[in-house]
Amino acid sequence: MAAKKAVAKSRKPVTESQKTDLIGFYRDMLLIRRFEEKAGQLYGMGLIAGFCHLYIGQEAVVVGVQSVLDPDDQVITGYRDHGHMLATGMTARGVMAELTGREGGYSRGKGGSMHMFSREKNFYGGHGIVGAQVPIGTGLAFSNKYKGSDAVCIAYFGDGASNQGQVYEAFNMASLWKLPVVYVIENNQYAMGTSIARASAETELFKRGISFEIPGEEVDGMDVLAVRKAAAKAVARARDGEGPCILEMKTYRYRGHSMSDPAKYRTREEVQEMREHHDPIEMLKKRLIEAGHATEESLKKIEAEVREIVNDSAQFAQESPEPDPAELWTDVLVESRCS
Amino acid sequence: MTDILMPALSPTMEEGKLAKWLVNEGDTVKPGDVIAEIETDKATMEVEAVDEGVISQLVIPAGTEGVKVNALIAVLNGEGEGAPKANGKGRTAKEVEVQTRADGNADTAGGKPDEAPAEQKVRNDGHRLRAPEQKIAATEGLHDPALPEGVTYAKTTVRDALRDAIAEEMRRDETVFLMGEEVGQYQGAYKVSRGLLEEFGDRRVIDTPITEYGFAGLGVGAAFGGLKPIVEFMTFNFAMQAIDHIINSAAKTLYMSGGQMGCAIVFRGPNGAASRVGAQHSQDFSAWYGQIPGLKVIAPYDASDAKGLLKAAIRDPNPVVFLEHELMYGVEFDVPQVEDFVLPIGKARIRRAGTDVTLVAHSRMVKFALDAAEELAGIGIEAEVIDLRTLRPLDTATVIESVKKTNRIVCCEEGWRFFGVGAEIAAAVTEHAFDFLDAPPMRVAQKDVPLPYAANLEKLSLPHSADIVAAAKKVCYVEQE
Repeated sequence: MAAKKAVAKSRKPVTESQKTDLIGFYRDMLLIRRFEEKAGQLYGMGLIAGFCHLYIGQEAVVVGVQSVLDPDDQVITGYRDHGHMLATGMTARGVMAELTGREGGYSRGKGGSMHMFSREKNFYGGHGIVGAQVPIGTGLAFSNKYKGSDAVCIAYFGDGASNQGQVYEAFNMASLWKLPVVYVIENNQYAMGTSIARASAETELFKRGISFEIPGEEVDGMDVLAVRKAAAKAVARARDGEGPCILEMKTYRYRGHSMSDPAKYRTREEVQEMREHHDPIEMLKKRLIEAGHATEESLKKIEAEVREIVNDSAQFAQESPEPDPAELWTDVLVESRCS
Repeated sequence: MTDILMPALSPTMEEGKLAKWLVNEGDTVKPGDVIAEIETDKATMEVEAVDEGVISQLVIPAGTEGVKVNALIAVLNGEGEGAPKANGKGRTAKEVEVQTRADGNADTAGGKPDEAPAEQKVRNDGHRLRAPEQKIAATEGLHDPALPEGVTYAKTTVRDALRDAIAEEMRRDETVFLMGEEVGQYQGAYKVSRGLLEEFGDRRVIDTPITEYGFAGLGVGAAFGGLKPIVEFMTFNFAMQAIDHIINSAAKTLYMSGGQMGCAIVFRGPNGAASRVGAQHSQDFSAWYGQIPGLKVIAPYDASDAKGLLKAAIRDPNPVVFLEHELMYGVEFDVPQVEDFVLPIGKARIRRAGTDVTLVAHSRMVKFALDAAEELAGIGIEAEVIDLRTLRPLDTATVIESVKKTNRIVCCEEGWRFFGVGAEIAAAVTEHAFDFLDAPPMRVAQKDVPLPYAANLEKLSLPHSADIVAAAKKVCYVEQE
């Protein structure tokens, strides 16, 4: 059993974000953006197969939330998960090589886009069944409380999953038992091709916890600092033993639901409006330059560094061999300790 | 220079129409800019630029039909900044490779697995063929622990044996906890958890709301978090709401994570028919869970096995489905009074030795098989009764050895016959002991209907010892009365 940590609660008070923080957020968001664009390209080349859900447009959500977490806090999400993995510090190489189904991938090629994990980075997946990560994340929070640890679990899910029954079963238990979990709803407005208005009787998703006495807050999910501020409050509350809360991040995905989705259920103007006026990376860039924290040139340097990482990951993901055929039979069961 | 290739826009796309260019030669593009529209058989898709640079050439004119995936459609001159390295030799070579792969393969979607070199395919097949034999060998080394000289036995109900197993493991390991509906204050819907709340408190004996899907998922998360949950289902009929987490979350994650995410969890509760509770509360799920790689599945008959195998299940680092039987909870058996009585998972037990026919059963059907054996002995047929105890991994070796001796087999199960446990055993015996069989394997199972409520119909639906006797006589070619 992990001993209860002596460290004070809520160790990361967020006041004014420092210059170095802001530049870090810019870099992290850009890394996700460029990584996802590269993944889309490799998909187009036939190097990535199956389902592949890109996170482009939603970068501010994971980067803002991750910025207030401690290393032992856990993160769990659904299938649009590449951004979360990069944000927790998992390597671009390992993620990209899993996308190409190679030995160097996080699951040694046996999981793919939707099924990657890192015990080291406390990233618990990567879940392909809509909403399944919500009770599982609640269970991770349960284990924290049981062990007397002050770690918090962040369970991300989308506006689509927010209509799943198991989400409410989890809400009920989390609130009843005051579990240290923060539910982050990434409301990107479309559950595959169905807009939130066509799928949800109550479209203000932050209210979905009301009947479980779970407080909720609507957050501008395109603004990394707004995300960070709201997350800091929610995480501190959970860490202090006051139970779960819901953060509804209003965000937007630029690409289709998955690679084969032409996204004809929305207008090009709608997408263009978000890209031009609400892009999380461009907005932060503007802020950085206006505040004198950065120049076009210094940001270009970051861009070059990010591209280097992404290109390196793409090269690694193509050069890493396919898993050994013997891998077919491994990892079905853990070797038993007692027989 | 970067080649822009015709992208595959879905897992099954092989070619498409380059409907429209949205850029001209000489235009500067940024990543994310839409540069073209492509029509596939399903939809029109937009193609975005991935790199920054100037479009130097549009190779394929707008309106061209049947452009193959990975064909060169345009050329981009990079702007510098990190691009030269990326667009250098390494990737160009890869792109050529991709093109070759696509060209050599007419069916990009279905063809993917076939892209493995021929040699690799043969090796894979070799694995498949060897697998069953490896499995049979693997269970041979398993033995029940030797009991000490002069060991005493105590009459114990299956219910109390299960409770003792849970209590002992909870005393032994602080990370073990019990959760489920009515396990605490109510003392268990079937009183299996009697006294546990008093001993361990509500931190470790947790009453849940009636939300199987939710608490099964929560249990899986707790197991990922390093705890060892025992999740009780009031009956396995209700676990159908939770089967997604049992299979998709608990059983598959170790594999999908390349071995990182073990899930040490026990899902337990009564399975199969109770008495006069109707179709929704009376189903045997042995075959359902028995089919799933990544799970272990145990279905004990007596109190001693219930205790020893539940302790093993709780200690096992894998997800275990532990199928109990409501009608057995109150039945007493001798349980050896030894400290830490743990049995091996995956080992069948020969409950009665015989020479003329093998009767294979698990859970409550073992009782009917033993009764049938007694009756058969009266007419000179000596039946060997095998209690499977574990369904996955299945101890096929013990069954086959028995059939090699008796040359006849009757597979007994409480569940339905189609795609059932008996079907699997009959197939294994046919595969591995075909030359030893003197009669086709027979199956005794529940009639192929939902379980009726009326007393007479319920009795007609469920298998009993008389059915086993009749089947045994048939495989022994003995005249039926």
